Amino acid sequence: MFYREAGQFKTNYRDDQAIFPILQDRIGLGIIIAFAFIGVPLLANDFWMNSIMIPFLIWALAAVGLNILTGYSGQLSLGTGAFMGVGAYACYKLVTIFPDVNIIIHFFISGFFAAGIGILFGLPSLRIKGLYLAITTLAAQFFLEWSFIRIPWLYNYNDSGAIDSTTPKLFGLPIDPASGDPVHRYLIVLSIVVFLTWIASNVIRGRIGRSWMMIRDMDIAAELMGIRPLYAKLSAFAMSSYYCGVAGAMMVFLWLGSAEVESFDINKSFLVLFMVIIGGLGSLIGCFMGAFFIFVLPIIMRALPGFFNLGINAATMEHVTSVLIGSLIIAFLILEPHGFARLWQITKEKLRNWPFPYG
Amino acid sequence: MLHDIFINPFVDMASAPDFFVQLIWEGFVAGTLYALIALGFVLIYKASGVFNFAQGIMVVFAALTMVGLHALGIPAWIALFLTLGVMAILAIGIERVVLRPLVGQHDAILLMATIGLTLFLKGVGETVFGGEPKSMITEELGLPTGVTDFDILGGLVSLQHLDIAAVVIASLMVIALAIFFSKTRIGRALRAVADDHNAALSVGISLNQIWAIVWFAAGVVALVTGIMWGARSDVSFALEIIAFKALAVLILGGFTSIPGAIVGGLIIGIGEKLAEVYWGGLVGGGVEAWFAYVLALIFLLFRPQGLFGEKIIERV
Repeated sequence: MFYREAGQFKTNYRDDQAIFPILQDRIGLGIIIAFAFIGVPLLANDFWMNSIMIPFLIWALAAVGLNILTGYSGQLSLGTGAFMGVGAYACYKLVTIFPDVNIIIHFFISGFFAAGIGILFGLPSLRIKGLYLAITTLAAQFFLEWSFIRIPWLYNYNDSGAIDSTTPKLFGLPIDPASGDPVHRYLIVLSIVVFLTWIASNVIRGRIGRSWMMIRDMDIAAELMGIRPLYAKLSAFAMSSYYCGVAGAMMVFLWLGSAEVESFDINKSFLVLFMVIIGGLGSLIGCFMGAFFIFVLPIIMRALPGFFNLGINAATMEHVTSVLIGSLIIAFLILEPHGFARLWQITKEKLRNWPFPYG
Repeated sequence: MLHDIFINPFVDMASAPDFFVQLIWEGFVAGTLYALIALGFVLIYKASGVFNFAQGIMVVFAALTMVGLHALGIPAWIALFLTLGVMAILAIGIERVVLRPLVGQHDAILLMATIGLTLFLKGVGETVFGGEPKSMITEELGLPTGVTDFDILGGLVSLQHLDIAAVVIASLMVIALAIFFSKTRIGRALRAVADDHNAALSVGISLNQIWAIVWFAAGVVALVTGIMWGARSDVSFALEIIAFKALAVLILGGFTSIPGAIVGGLIIGIGEKLAEVYWGGLVGGGVEAWFAYVLALIFLLFRPQGLFGEKIIERV
């Protein structure tokens, strides 16, 4: 009853091909975006901005990247963390070499470096798939981690081996995590994430995205129908790594402020994979829900003992959090293997008919 | 540059053969442990098609449980058997709670479930026993700790007794497993399940029971690995990263082959030691961190089924 598309007629192809053909979806999305751009900056304090909203959006972007590869193209990857690292280190080099260029342009360019590395490590996908491919992406993860330590040129030969944001400015305003206003950073991250997600949703609907899904569903049939696996798979690797790279660059320059190899280790790869699986493979909105769940839940868990004054120390709580997240992931996989995206779909279906049993 | 790659390392090897032999031995022992972890993977993968990411943490968990029980004042040998009991309960629990509801799901989902299991076991282990590294109860278990020096090849080659014991125990366990697989009724059932689930079901083999047994077998392998590894270094969660190397071992040896796991483990163990010492200097060291994976990557391009794997691997 809340979600009926009755009476919404499509009279031309343009309407038929709209991303959100249903009016309620358009209104809902409009409200969410308006709230994200206007409401959140007004309501949230610095803590919320710095520790929840900004990282949540960055992780969501990385999850979109991985979902393109794993969810839409069916190529399992465990190297997301390293691809984020490539973006971050590339952006750091760009900023130090061309300090006068707008940092946002650097973000977008650094993604291309990640895409290049992604294509390189995506090459084995032309010969193998499934778990074997997952292991080759592990090779990418460990090899790149090693490069971040052993190639001092990447971090400008400094002693700490870390990269840090060199007080970038945008339109004269400082936007680095140390001195900038979190609201400015939030708005930059939000704009980039919304823009890239919009691009992704269009690419996925288009010819390229369809070729990915064909390869995912049945590669031989796809080949017979004229899809070239070389282009389809490598373009998926490129686009996925591009997104991860931009997310990594933003992670250093708009959230952490400085980063070293540990910021891009294998656990980050797992984290993003959890987000994608819990959110739902092959769903963009799922990426956001998964990122929120996986990222915010531990924060709430850690805050709980202080909230209730239970005398549990932080280390114990950390371990209990790990137990709970592990069990939740297993429970989620058993109860709803298709993730939040499917739950959302079921909810929409229910809203459509409610209060009547049948539509 | 080419001189450094193709000539100098071999000159070094020839000029100090005792050091070379020592390195091979160290690599051999490390390789044995990689092979043991890989063995746990293979057991489970063969029987249920589940890629068990949690094998590494099972090793840590088993070792921690044993050390923790001993710390409570339980004699070492009883602690060993109690730990076996814990691993059995864990195996049955995993089969009941995790695997049974997930039968027939996509590979990635099962993989994720074992990653979830990894987090769970890690959290439980840290909560119950604490996260700090612990030393293994080597002497209480009666493991030898001395060193024997051999005066050969114009130098000293020293073998830790513990390493010798590790190799002997690992070999004994592999032989025991081989006998178990080929001679016992359960072993035959396990092989039947590995060959064809449906056919095995149709002749009355209970898949659930077999899975629980296989996970328990992997748990036993994990315990032995944990004792050996713990005795060489410490029992700590850092072992988890080392367990990832077993994945590269699997690529080399094939996902379903026990001999493959052993040979692959030894190749990687010895190979990475030699690469680190003789070629590592060229790229700034630390080659050990990725040697295994890059070797696996190259291997995949030429022989995706691994050294001993089944021929039918789905290639694109």
